[in-house]
Amino acid sequence: MAWTARVTLRWRPSSWARSTARIGPRIWALRNCSFRLPPGRIAALVGLNGAGKSTLLHLAVGLLEPDVGTVRIFGAAPFDGFETAHASILADIGFVAQDTPLYADFTAAELLTMGSKLNRRWDGTLARMRLAQLGIPPDRQVGKLSGGQRAQVALALALAKHPRLLLLDEPVASLDPLARREFLQALIGSVAETGTTVLLSSHLLADLERICDFLIVLNDGAVQLAGEVDVLVADHRQLIGPRDPGEHIQGVATVVRASNTDRQSTLLVRTDGPVTDPAWTVHDVSVEDLILGYLAQTRPQGSHTAWGVTA
Amino acid sequence: MIEFVLDGRSKVNTYMQLVQQVKQALRVGLLKPGDQLPKVRDAAQSLVINPNTVLKAYRELELEGLAEGRPGVGTFVVRTLAGASLANQAELREDLVAWLRRALAAGLSDDDVVALVDTTIRATRADRAQHAQPQPQPQPQPW
Repeated sequence: MAWTARVTLRWRPSSWARSTARIGPRIWALRNCSFRLPPGRIAALVGLNGAGKSTLLHLAVGLLEPDVGTVRIFGAAPFDGFETAHASILADIGFVAQDTPLYADFTAAELLTMGSKLNRRWDGTLARMRLAQLGIPPDRQVGKLSGGQRAQVALALALAKHPRLLLLDEPVASLDPLARREFLQALIGSVAETGTTVLLSSHLLADLERICDFLIVLNDGAVQLAGEVDVLVADHRQLIGPRDPGEHIQGVATVVRASNTDRQSTLLVRTDGPVTDPAWTVHDVSVEDLILGYLAQTRPQGSHTAWGVTA
Repeated sequence: MIEFVLDGRSKVNTYMQLVQQVKQALRVGLLKPGDQLPKVRDAAQSLVINPNTVLKAYRELELEGLAEGRPGVGTFVVRTLAGASLANQAELREDLVAWLRRALAAGLSDDDVVALVDTTIRATRADRAQHAQPQPQPQPQPW
């Protein structure tokens, strides 16, 4: 319900209450979350369940207010109460929430009418064209459409605003493979035409690897890694060698993740120069290797004692 | 107009795969100067890849002097890689097909053939370099 966060906030009190509870005074839902997303990028937001992806996106559209710190989008704060500045910045942001919630009793045509009444900038022709191309019936209640069709309606609504920033919270998680492909194609086609900046959260790393050129890894409520995909991939290497004695390796800035057997170590490292030590075999990493390496950092190591079994 | 295909299992960068595919099409004469390359939007959409990846591939082709972007229209081929050899290619291909049949009859697998071609190319190149030693060529013939 991106096209009017103001309405969403009032009409969906349950999600509002649940979200604020999470950023209570004792548990930080998000902290150290500074990053700058350059315009024109398709950015991936990845993190384990509960890492704070949805919270971050909700902050960006003003559905949540940060307790401490600020969120700035195009220089303005999305949560400013109901001030005019707030409304104007929200006009530039499109949002497709998780599981693409829409009013199930409305038809797609009625949702478009609603969008046109609630938004200052609204391209109804574009939205109708998109939905017509996809063969979506205008007069059927969206609750009776397939998951893929509903997602397409939600995307068309978000794009009809001509947003400068489009936020998508796991938009394809519940879609079948073909619907997922069609959804991403619709997204890419629109981005290629308009140059909209996109921030997309997803667990589907293979999709992200093809689509995204900027990566943000969220771990336990903090931004662990953010940057251009090309640069990040070029900066990281996988090293395989004899069990790591823990000494500094020439060319390695940080060891992201190490896994050891009794005689071999496999390291994911961030480099600051070429690794020439002949003891280590150096491999390039894929985006998927990179993300998995960072995400696995915070996984607990095993709970053998708690289970009463031996490791 | 060509249609891009990606090899998902390839270790080669996506943008480089696009560059290589265009070059391949230029070599075999599938693309000629004046031909338009797929629009960035269409290529990105059909392959489900970032439009910037297609742009990067086209920029690379422009840098190599093979293509040229015309603002608002698209990207066009300006040079071919086929050269004068293209005319001979049909005949050479026929010879190659006949040779491949013999290789198959002799019990060679596809991998054997590729390995044989590979080593032969390298041996011939080394041989030629030796012969050309009195007047060393500044650049080896690109394969």
